[in-house]
Amino acid sequence: MRLAVVQKILGLLLMLFSTSMLPPIIVSFIYHDDSIIAFLSGFAVTFIAGALIWLPVRNDNRELRLRDGFIVVAAFWVVLGSFGAAPLLFADDPSMTFTDAVFEAISGLTTTGATVLANIDALPPAILYYRAQLQWLGGMGIIVLAVAVLPMLGVGGMQLYRAETPGPVKDTKLTPRIKETAKALWYVYLGLTIACAISYTVAGMLPFDALCHAFSTVAIGGFSTHDASIGFFNSSLIDMVAVVFMFLSAINFSLHFVAWRSNSIQHYIRDPEFRAYVTILVVLILVVLSVLIMREEYDSLSETVVRGIFQAVSIATTTGFTTTEFWNWPGALPVLLVFASFIGGCAGSTGGGMKVMRCLLVYKQGVREVHRLVHPSAEVPVKMGRMPVPQRVVDSVWGFFSVYIVLFVLMMLVLLATGLDQVTAFSAIAASLNNLGPGLGEVSSGFADLNNVAKWVCIGAMLLGRLEIFTLLVLVSRSFWRH
Amino acid sequence: MNILILGAGQVGTTAAQHLSREEGNEVTIVDSNAAVLRELQDRLDVRTVVGHASFPDVLERAGAREADMIIALTNSDEVNMIACQIAHTLFQTPKKIARIRAAEYIAVEGLWDKSAVPVDFRISPEELVTSHIEQLIHYPGAFQVLEFADGAVRLVGARAHRGGLLVGQQIKTLQEHIPGIETRIAAIYRNGQSLIPDGNTLIQENDEVFFIAARKDIRIVMSEMRKLEDPVRRVVIAGGGNIGFRLAAALEQTNQVKLIEHNKSRARAISERLGNTIVLHGDAADEELLLEENIDSSDIFVALTNSEEVNILSAMVAKQLGCKKVMALINRPSYTDLVESGAIDVAISPRQITIGSLLEHVRRGDVVKVHSLRGGRAEAIEAIVRGDEQTSKIVGRAVEHIQLPPGTSINVIVRGGRVMQAHHDTVIETDDHIILFIADRRQTDEVARLIQVNVQLK
Repeated sequence: MRLAVVQKILGLLLMLFSTSMLPPIIVSFIYHDDSIIAFLSGFAVTFIAGALIWLPVRNDNRELRLRDGFIVVAAFWVVLGSFGAAPLLFADDPSMTFTDAVFEAISGLTTTGATVLANIDALPPAILYYRAQLQWLGGMGIIVLAVAVLPMLGVGGMQLYRAETPGPVKDTKLTPRIKETAKALWYVYLGLTIACAISYTVAGMLPFDALCHAFSTVAIGGFSTHDASIGFFNSSLIDMVAVVFMFLSAINFSLHFVAWRSNSIQHYIRDPEFRAYVTILVVLILVVLSVLIMREEYDSLSETVVRGIFQAVSIATTTGFTTTEFWNWPGALPVLLVFASFIGGCAGSTGGGMKVMRCLLVYKQGVREVHRLVHPSAEVPVKMGRMPVPQRVVDSVWGFFSVYIVLFVLMMLVLLATGLDQVTAFSAIAASLNNLGPGLGEVSSGFADLNNVAKWVCIGAMLLGRLEIFTLLVLVSRSFWRH
Repeated sequence: MNILILGAGQVGTTAAQHLSREEGNEVTIVDSNAAVLRELQDRLDVRTVVGHASFPDVLERAGAREADMIIALTNSDEVNMIACQIAHTLFQTPKKIARIRAAEYIAVEGLWDKSAVPVDFRISPEELVTSHIEQLIHYPGAFQVLEFADGAVRLVGARAHRGGLLVGQQIKTLQEHIPGIETRIAAIYRNGQSLIPDGNTLIQENDEVFFIAARKDIRIVMSEMRKLEDPVRRVVIAGGGNIGFRLAAALEQTNQVKLIEHNKSRARAISERLGNTIVLHGDAADEELLLEENIDSSDIFVALTNSEEVNILSAMVAKQLGCKKVMALINRPSYTDLVESGAIDVAISPRQITIGSLLEHVRRGDVVKVHSLRGGRAEAIEAIVRGDEQTSKIVGRAVEHIQLPPGTSINVIVRGGRVMQAHHDTVIETDDHIILFIADRRQTDEVARLIQVNVQLK
């Protein structure tokens, strides 16, 4: 373990992150909303802290090793959450407790989108912008961004990239250099964001709303500038724009990159994960629509279709925008949607959950067992498309799956112990761990009413979900710290 | 430069390591062994692709379309040739380098044509290593002999020993000892640390001294460093593989050569192809066998088996039994550092020798020759400077006015076939060949930029 290298990178990253508090200052300046001081002091505190961490070890030029990568990423996300909360804490409006500020910041960065704020419409624009921007930075991963802009990370960058990027297979690089790969991903991300913002504006949003919503849509986040979320706009066109971009952003970004490179969309259709993702969404939408129609939830068919599709896509991709009170939908629908968020987006996307790829692999193994019962001597490899999946990956998926479930149960029990009812505890953890956002029961419209212990457990769950558990979990393992 | 390396064997891995360390290179490496690639991916910033190196779809996946250069280093000559052929036909890759081992292919005229087998450069590690060892045997006392300017100039590494005239003296006294001979001490390593030599530097015993001189003067300069050794007569080679066999074939006319090979049928096969060499079947580290074959009166023992450990041990045994000088083929730099200062006189690193000849093709600018030194930490390069005072940062300037990165020196200039020492006031002209010594590999990028002709400056 070489803590000096870790410290150096951590300091640099923090200084880099501090600059993200400058754009809200501009917003604040434009709208004259009195939160300039909060952001200026947030910037100063973060920058100085970063500099203090960096200065003593700035001349350490050793390279990062695999283990150091885990510490940098885990430590950074924890530290980042705390410093990201600084402007919220300093601001007069909203006045937040430390717990609430950290909750809001982590919920933003992990692209969860659960909020403890009420009366969002009345918040200063700079705060609204900052929340959306946090989601946007967290979506592709601020460390991936750092790998793209900091030249010093080199080979070490690969370790960081691997510790931060979601999905079971992380060795595939789009380009030979990790730096270029990170850049390519950010270009795709930026491109999607710009396209989304323009589409929102054309569909009728004000530019400010369009930008903020584009940030949180493409990041699969879910923060809105209004209490009623996307439902505020009451426009089917805007709903459909959101659906399209949520759908696109939960697809593996390397597919987008290849599409952009080769000007073709063929490889989407050939990608087994993409096909499974589309199938899951289509089936989910059909189920939701048929139940809604049968129970005559809405007056007109068109309203049913728009509401149904929007909510199914928003929850299944783990975005968490709402246009309607889906938690009051009839029958099994609310719980079905929450379960869909366990599957989440594709590997290598900004979506949360366990990722389609993993669920597909687990499903394929189930099929394999059946096959083996019928043909006991058959040799049956698990395949993705036509490529066999290495046993190593299959094993890791099972490991992930079981740890995910165990942690889910444990955290849910803690929440129950703090006095929450079952539905609330279940959905609060699901919404945090899957980086979804809204839950059911007491947390359907916000997490403000939870007690502090429950909030901290949810913060932990959000980080575990975003970093895919193991990056955090290795840090508490004994073998990691032993020489 | 976008470089595609086929084969993650020893040479492929080393090439990937060297090339990816230089900024501006994008390296992709292809191999059929996924485990090797995974391990590589952890250490290097390269992209890896699993698959058979000559299949068009694998090449396509590995980015052959965008590649500026393809380096085929799999262990099969045929795969290498076909891969280059395919890259040429399907992807129009501009530059193709292939490892070709079999002399039967290399020698054929007209085969290496664009219309036949489109390989621009062929490298044969065995041949390179063999000629390297030949040079070492030719100049006893040197642990490294590297050619520049088509062999007219050589860079020689020798360890200073008592008995050398310069040992214990300042470098500037060299001119008094051997007046009229153009030579230059390029670098000195003392206890593994590089010193930047000037006229006042004192040469101490056990220093590793690198000097540059014309071919004919090498023996005289060498006598400054250590007592001259007698020319080598009796050679014992351990290991009858590709290199051992080639070396025996090259030396058997002028020397008495014995070759030890542990595989009976291989021993038989090479004995049939060699003329004067005595081929022995047995274990290279077998004391009895070595004594029986008069190892104590042999001049040199060269261990060239496939296993570095066997090479080290058998060389140590030979030394102990009284062989004057022992050499061993060792790949790992850590082993080299361990043994070279002690029991073994010279460690030969095939990787390093091969990588030098690869780097020549990769470097931008008019770099003619690259030799990798000291486990890849230092480099000696020969470059042609072009352009004029406006476009080049070198031409028309005196050596002292050229802004070289620290640890780098211009040592020798070859102008119109004449070897000249680079003095501080020597003005460099266009088309000069300059030989630079770079003590720290990290400076190579900057040196390359320096050499390049800058068109925009016009």
